[in-house]
Amino acid sequence: MMDITMPRLSDTMEEGTIAVWHKQPGDNVKVGDILVEIETDKATMEYEAYEDGVLAEIVVPVGETVAIGTLIARLDNGKDSAPSAPVVTPAAKAQASSAPAPTKVVVPEIETDRVMASPLVRRLAREHNINIATLRGTGPGGRVIRADIDQFLAKGGNAPAGQDYATVDDKRGTEAVAISSVRRVIARRLSESARTIPHFFVTAVADAELLVQMRADVNNRLAAKGEAKVSLNDLIIKASALALREHPLVNASWVDDASTLMHIHHRVNIGVAVASGNGLVVPVITDADQKSVSEIGAEAKRLATQANGKGLSIEQMSGGTFTISNLGMYGVEEFTAIINPPEGAILAVGGTAKEAVVVNDKIEIRHRMRLTLSSDHRIIDGALAAEFMRTLTQIIENPWRIGA
Amino acid sequence: MTIKSYRQALNDTLREEMLRDENVLLMGEEIGVFEGSYKITAGLLAEFGEKRVRDTPIAEEGFTGAAIGAAMLGLRPVVEIMTINFSLLALDQIVNHAAKIYGMFGGQAKVPIVIRTPGGGGQQLGATHSQNIELYYAFVPGMKVVAPSTPADAKALLLAAIRDDDPVLFLENLALYNTKGEVPEDDTPAEIGKAAIKRVGTDITLVGYSRMAYVAMQVAEELAESDGLNIEVVDLRSLRPLDRETIINSVKKTGCAVVLEDDWLTYGIGAEIAASISDGAFDYLDAPVRRVAMAEVPMPYAKALETAALPSHDDVIHAIHQTLAACGRQRNTIGKNQ
Repeated sequence: MMDITMPRLSDTMEEGTIAVWHKQPGDNVKVGDILVEIETDKATMEYEAYEDGVLAEIVVPVGETVAIGTLIARLDNGKDSAPSAPVVTPAAKAQASSAPAPTKVVVPEIETDRVMASPLVRRLAREHNINIATLRGTGPGGRVIRADIDQFLAKGGNAPAGQDYATVDDKRGTEAVAISSVRRVIARRLSESARTIPHFFVTAVADAELLVQMRADVNNRLAAKGEAKVSLNDLIIKASALALREHPLVNASWVDDASTLMHIHHRVNIGVAVASGNGLVVPVITDADQKSVSEIGAEAKRLATQANGKGLSIEQMSGGTFTISNLGMYGVEEFTAIINPPEGAILAVGGTAKEAVVVNDKIEIRHRMRLTLSSDHRIIDGALAAEFMRTLTQIIENPWRIGA
Repeated sequence: MTIKSYRQALNDTLREEMLRDENVLLMGEEIGVFEGSYKITAGLLAEFGEKRVRDTPIAEEGFTGAAIGAAMLGLRPVVEIMTINFSLLALDQIVNHAAKIYGMFGGQAKVPIVIRTPGGGGQQLGATHSQNIELYYAFVPGMKVVAPSTPADAKALLLAAIRDDDPVLFLENLALYNTKGEVPEDDTPAEIGKAAIKRVGTDITLVGYSRMAYVAMQVAEELAESDGLNIEVVDLRSLRPLDRETIINSVKKTGCAVVLEDDWLTYGIGAEIAASISDGAFDYLDAPVRRVAMAEVPMPYAKALETAALPSHDDVIHAIHQTLAACGRQRNTIGKNQ
């Protein structure tokens, strides 16, 4: 079976439109037969068969426009695949009836991922330090031919030697990079969220002086016991879980526009946004309101390590009812986050820093942090969001309520 | 420069060489009184007499052997074998004697013989009289094989062949005898072993010799007109020694080649050319080297079948288009170009 791809019929051609198929599936095709007429930007041209065989399938019907190199039909040439066409003998015509001449070379089947390229292309690629795997082959069977490398060089070929990427837009120095499946999921879910959920944002400032002191005390005790330290984020996870317990309507989900019901979650499962090497992932700490800060800290650390390593299971990333995203460690003062559906709200945590504040009519230096809640206005009103934030702020400012 | 036929160029050159060197003599069947089956020796018996223009019995092995002996002893015989098909009867003399004596006897005797003989089909002469078996001689070290495609080359190569001290098979072609072209007046011999770029181009290299070099030139001019193609034509002129350098340099320039031959495809001259290109210009090839050759059959007698078996003008055009298509270049066959 041989793939027939949209050929490059002119130097400026980018795509072609099928005008007429001269052969239909099942038709015998001989070398030189006109297979198809193709409309380009310049003209309508006939495209001939390179090999004998039977047209097996038409992939692109009349009237459709596809880019050069796109599969348009398949030719059954009696081989399972066509790694490379043997040198064809166009004039070896009439065969003697008594002695059939051995003009057909039998090519052993070799399945490889090898990029088909002419020797000329391989040499030019070496000279210009181009990875031919990044080129689109428009020769027979997808072979990369000189025209392809010439076009590539004309577009981005003046790139400095040693550049190991192929530019798709020279003006911007643009490289086309494959999108990972993780990135694709992030893109789909977050654009859906931003498009469909009416977000609104409530920012509160918490005095973190006591929280910072408490963290120091807790860590001293944990260190004495040889246990892992907790982070400010671990404390905020617990504080948020307690606040959600007081405001269960924030720990809720809009189901869909057709539903007459909304969902209120009686378990507090907090997702923690982690910037892993594989992209943004959100492992979930279940029943965070029931766990001690040191338990939360240990679990968060384990999940983050796993996210950067072998990856998290679907189970570890599902079931969240609320998410916390903390960019404080990057020096961010405050920011807004996009809700992680089907949750109803997300908390964006800024950095904890010393500020000059008025306390009892005196200017004092205090640790402060800014917290921004993004809420789904379909289920959470401004007053509810504000009440939740007041509760959260009070817990942070009175951290004995968090416990250890 | 004079315009003359390929036939006339050969006749004139034989005469000039006989006038220049009294050791040059002609031998062959029906070359004297009958003036040659293809009239290449017309007028020469009358001018030079029986001693230098010898009609021989119908015995190729005998007269070829006699000529080899004469050459070893200092004469410069030019033997005509009526067609290359009959050279098979002299195969042992040519392959085992003419080609080997110089080397086998340590250079004590040279064999400055020229065997003139036409090849080619297309004349309805049947399977045994229409062959292109110059390969048999080009295969043999010790032989030289030349194959002019134009009247000018016919002259220059015949001069070179007669003056060369090695045995030379001089391939003519039945279809070329009446072709005409400019022939220079001076008697500068060609360099045996040197191909000629008959047409300079950049798009594709056509390699041919004898009749197929002639066809290559016709096709190149036609496609320049119809498709705007700039085709380079390499006329081998010499099959042994083979000028690989000229072929390779041409392919390095164009990136693709079609090899044309009147003989059979399998194990043919074209296979040797294709291998040479692969060896010397591998990194310059943008498409496989294609060959156009005769159908692998004994030549049919019936005119329609004979025409179908021979490599045609259209076969060459088709192979060129296929090769250029493999390089990403298609002709516009519908003519809707804006």
